[in-house]
Amino acid sequence: MKHENWTGFTEGIWQDEINVRDFIQKNYKEYKGDSAFLASATDRTKELMKKVQELFALEQKRGGVLNVDTETVSSLTSYEPGYIDKENEIIVGLQTNHPLERGINPFGGMRMVRQACEAYGYKVSDKIEEEFRFRSTHNDGVFRAYTEEMRKARSSHVITGLPDAYGRGRIIGDYRRVALYGVDRLIEEKVKDKKNLANYDFNADTIRLDEELYKQIDFLGLLKKMAAMHGFDISAPAKNAKEAIQWTYFGYLAAIKEQNGAAMSLGRVSTFFDIYIERDLALGILTEEEAQELMDDFVIKLRLARHLRTPEYNELFGGDPMWITEAVGGMGEDGRTLVTKNSFRMLNTLYTLGSSPEPNLTILWSAQLPENFKRFCAKVSADTDSIQYENDDLMRPIYGDDYAIACCVSAMKIGKQMQFFGARCNLAKLLLIALNGGYDTSSNIHIGPQMPVMAGESLDFDEVMKRFDTYISWISRLYVNTMNIIHYMHDKYAYEKIQMALHDTEVERLMAFGVAGLSVVADSLSAIKYAKVRPVKNEEGFITGFETEGDFPKFGNDDDRVDLIAKDMTHKVITELRKTETYRNAVHTLSVLTITSNVMYGKNTAATPDGRAAGDPFAPGANPMHNREENGALASLNSVAKISYDDCRDGISNTFSITPDALGRTEEERIANLVAILDGYFAKKAHHINVNVLHRETLMKAYENPEAYPNLTIRVSGYAVNFCKLSREQQREVISRTFHEAM
Amino acid sequence: MKEILGRVHSIQSMGTLDGPGVRFVVFLQGCSLRCKCCHNPDTWEEGGGTLYTPEQIAEKSLHFKEYFGHDGGITLSGGEPLLQADFTCEVFRLCHEKGINTCLDTSGSVLDDRVKKLLSVTDRVLLDIKYTDDALYQENVGCSLNLPLNFLRYLNEQKIATTLRQVIIPGLNDNRENIEKLKALAKDHACVDKVELLPFKKICQTKYDAMGIEFPFAHIPTPDKKTMDELESLL
Repeated sequence: MKHENWTGFTEGIWQDEINVRDFIQKNYKEYKGDSAFLASATDRTKELMKKVQELFALEQKRGGVLNVDTETVSSLTSYEPGYIDKENEIIVGLQTNHPLERGINPFGGMRMVRQACEAYGYKVSDKIEEEFRFRSTHNDGVFRAYTEEMRKARSSHVITGLPDAYGRGRIIGDYRRVALYGVDRLIEEKVKDKKNLANYDFNADTIRLDEELYKQIDFLGLLKKMAAMHGFDISAPAKNAKEAIQWTYFGYLAAIKEQNGAAMSLGRVSTFFDIYIERDLALGILTEEEAQELMDDFVIKLRLARHLRTPEYNELFGGDPMWITEAVGGMGEDGRTLVTKNSFRMLNTLYTLGSSPEPNLTILWSAQLPENFKRFCAKVSADTDSIQYENDDLMRPIYGDDYAIACCVSAMKIGKQMQFFGARCNLAKLLLIALNGGYDTSSNIHIGPQMPVMAGESLDFDEVMKRFDTYISWISRLYVNTMNIIHYMHDKYAYEKIQMALHDTEVERLMAFGVAGLSVVADSLSAIKYAKVRPVKNEEGFITGFETEGDFPKFGNDDDRVDLIAKDMTHKVITELRKTETYRNAVHTLSVLTITSNVMYGKNTAATPDGRAAGDPFAPGANPMHNREENGALASLNSVAKISYDDCRDGISNTFSITPDALGRTEEERIANLVAILDGYFAKKAHHINVNVLHRETLMKAYENPEAYPNLTIRVSGYAVNFCKLSREQQREVISRTFHEAM
Repeated sequence: MKEILGRVHSIQSMGTLDGPGVRFVVFLQGCSLRCKCCHNPDTWEEGGGTLYTPEQIAEKSLHFKEYFGHDGGITLSGGEPLLQADFTCEVFRLCHEKGINTCLDTSGSVLDDRVKKLLSVTDRVLLDIKYTDDALYQENVGCSLNLPLNFLRYLNEQKIATTLRQVIIPGLNDNRENIEKLKALAKDHACVDKVELLPFKKICQTKYDAMGIEFPFAHIPTPDKKTMDELESLL
């Protein structure tokens, strides 16, 4: 197949089938040079950004929400086109009628919409209340099916953050398909797939897929209509860079109008765009300055994306994130780097527009990346604290070279795999429930197998492990079953029509489980094994505290005695999870990631044998507990690197904060040392790292005087936030974390 | 042969300030000098510390080899590693076997056969020339400036890469004359390829307080950035 808008591109199978990877591989131009070619922001960009900054300030002043449209249900064509400043925008399209105005999306659940509106002083319109009175939402479906035990797991907080009241997210549409093929071709292919179903037996699976395809085709039509409302005909392939970016953005915009998933990630667009930019540069119809301007305008749109959330949601996922994750860099399977000039331009938006948590720029790091690119990334990290790193050499062999990251650390092949997202299990709480024979002292709930409280004056390691294993196997089955209900209902009542239309029809599904409190559990078990831990009981005979005598190895010091406890724990959990069948035969995966929920998990967990007091925060993700590292930063990194990615295919998150002086004396040294640290960490087969280069004092000042630091960005757990948007409690926890300092 | 044991004060797995690149830094316990500016008084006592074999230290440093890149490696600091020359020498020899770059952070106050053997397996020396004036040196370090100068001469003969380091202490050596002398030392010794000026710091006050001894330079302020920049520009 040929199209005039493809003139100048190298031909390939991408023309005959939907295959963006083949198009990229045949057409992209790797770039190994430095950042000297980059242009700075134009006056137009600066002016537009000024308006956006004013809107951000006003949003913050109004308690975090600028405005809510309570009259309209968010969908692709339910709002008139919105603009910041119509004449001066290059890439257009907003979620609602006005920038930062939040829409209402009740398909995931009406209750949460109501609560969110009320929290910010709004009320859902009677019209919408009436419409949804006769309509089942995802949330309705889930609670009709939950068992009593599932409800208990939820209310005791042993499993938390389940996506049962809003969109599940973590699905990445291949938005590039819109630009490369145009919507008509995408519809044509889906119609073909739907017709092809006639060859199958019509069992429940086929019937469901048949209806899903109907919805996908329907929404591709709506996508065209949405673009037409903005004055664009996107039925044909994009013919230049501006159109490629605009078409792709329309695909993404449609997704965030339709779905309010927790993480609405972008994918891997930078190098794809580079192909169009290079073609335009060669034709002399685009300058470097204009290329940067296109990227800047695109990124401004991404920074304006918002969803309406409840305060309870913010407690789990602080800082109002969207996880518009864009994977940048990485290597190709043929040994060429996927770094292009546009990888630099994407990072350069942190200078042209200032640092920012969104989009969630994620560097796919490989030992083979061009040195110039490595150095530029390190400089951007040190200057902005806005980017994260994930190990391409670890992921490429599993996902190929056209994968992206959903949310923080969840890898998937773009357009070929999707994920059923599933929160996390509080392992530390589970250990306490096990010791108390099926009783949670924080929530006063009896849950799980009922047995006597652990006997003995001091805890015996082998007996504790035996007991813990029983409870891990119990919770694993319950966890899988709970997730199965959630995703069955989400497919039924809130299916992602546009995002799945931008996937292959035959899609591989991953079901992502998670654990929180891994370092608390590792240290607690280490204490039981290497020191003497005496349980302290209350009047009813339940264990509510511990007296620990003697020293014990602590996770974060490169000490195998405890590090292997953590590693074995993740292996045990994923092995148990795999024993229960998943909905739609999804592949079980596991993450060690908490977002900012480590604060809330800690709050809901009694004292633990490692010496952590009741209510104290956990460390985020897979991090060692705060201030227990005795041998410096690399020893801490080594401990985390021991957790196997084979057990934790949904990612292992580590957040690393270091003061500039501890990284080296000059900027030159700091950049070279950061590159060496990243190379070393990933050579150890570690998966992910957030890098913050800053002084604790800066955060303390921002804590005291937030108005003076409106753009202070820091990496937390798999994403970045404006420090000022975190709750006071979350801010205090971030300040209390280990900062690796110069001696 | 009896196993040589080293007395280790502490280990910093990520050192970026003691030698080139990212380094595994081992601070040894014990020092015979009593520099008034010392920021590690807790490393003076020669009997303390944790005992390690050279193999243990070399094996530990190997855990971090991936981070060393082109420039990094192991640094032995102190305390004064020259007081445990046999141990340090064995650690460096083992590290060389594993392809790890070795760096010695010292005041250069001892130069005997054991130290010479150690220097034969040392890739770089960070030589702390505390003052360039002998009277000041005698008064504030407790021995003659000739000791580090002899040491430097030997490093030059052996062509061992050397970084000259000096802590800038207001009122004592924060002047042009001192920097000129440092420069001259660097010029006269081809082995010196780098001179580093470090600002005097007082965060060690808490250590002195905890040990119940007086910090002799407690009254001296830390140098401001302007002074440091000016002195650096003279180099």
